[in-house]
Amino acid sequence: MNVQTKTLTQSRARFIPAVFAVILGMTVISITGHVQAAALHDAAHDVRHATGFPCH
Amino acid sequence: MIARYITSALFAGALTGLVAGLLQLWFVQPVLLHAELYESGALTHFGAAPVSAHPELPGFDPVRDGLSLIFTMLTYTGYALMMVAVMSIAEERGAQIDGRSGLVWGIAGFVAFHLAPGFSLAPEVPGVAAADVTARQIWWFATAGAAVAALWLIGFGRNWTAYGVAVILLAAPHVIGAPEPDVLTGPVPTEIGALFAARAFGVGLAAWVVLGCLAGYFWQSEGAAERHAA
Repeated sequence: MNVQTKTLTQSRARFIPAVFAVILGMTVISITGHVQAAALHDAAHDVRHATGFPCH
Repeated sequence: MIARYITSALFAGALTGLVAGLLQLWFVQPVLLHAELYESGALTHFGAAPVSAHPELPGFDPVRDGLSLIFTMLTYTGYALMMVAVMSIAEERGAQIDGRSGLVWGIAGFVAFHLAPGFSLAPEVPGVAAADVTARQIWWFATAGAAVAALWLIGFGRNWTAYGVAVILLAAPHVIGAPEPDVLTGPVPTEIGALFAARAFGVGLAAWVVLGCLAGYFWQSEGAAERHAA
């Protein structure tokens, strides 16, 4: 019982930072790879092509 | 707890980005610059005179190539954040996470974020005709997301239903089809386009393998550091 409670708490302790990390990661690759703002697009142009993101 | 995610992802992502950026500059950038000569009209494929396959290419450009390096590091740091997040959940469910097992994670990441979308939306050499960028981006995210779910089901599913769903998730985006252009207008010779796609995939695989190994390694080393501090 005790072990189970501990595992559950640990599980929740990991779930929230994991979700946060996924959202943060998605935000970063959206900015570097997908946002079409001209300045960002020009700066990241070669990377977007080379990394296989849809460019232009 | 969150510090462990951020720190290990930053180390793994920045290092991988550096490796990937240098590989791209060395192997992909010359092909891209070559294609741009056709995109800009400086060279014409099937023009009046045959064109040399080895034109003079612009050399190293500190601003352009420096920005590429920075954006590659950022991109792989974003991927690293997602990878350590999923690794942490897998570890909790009993998976062994370290530099060695990270190899498989890296290959899986390459399949999900590079090979699966690229199977129908091939890495684009400059100048290619393509459908509306928003439609392609939506398809790209949907395909990568479906592939992540599919690979999780293959890796951690325990029955044939899970494997069956995984196969459907992997195949569906390509059966439905990626957004395609109405007409083909690419001015770049096919040899350059093919080499570009091959190089993009090759550098992508190398980078993802490095990312998987480093993410696994730093996830453990940062965990050890955290336990030591506590």
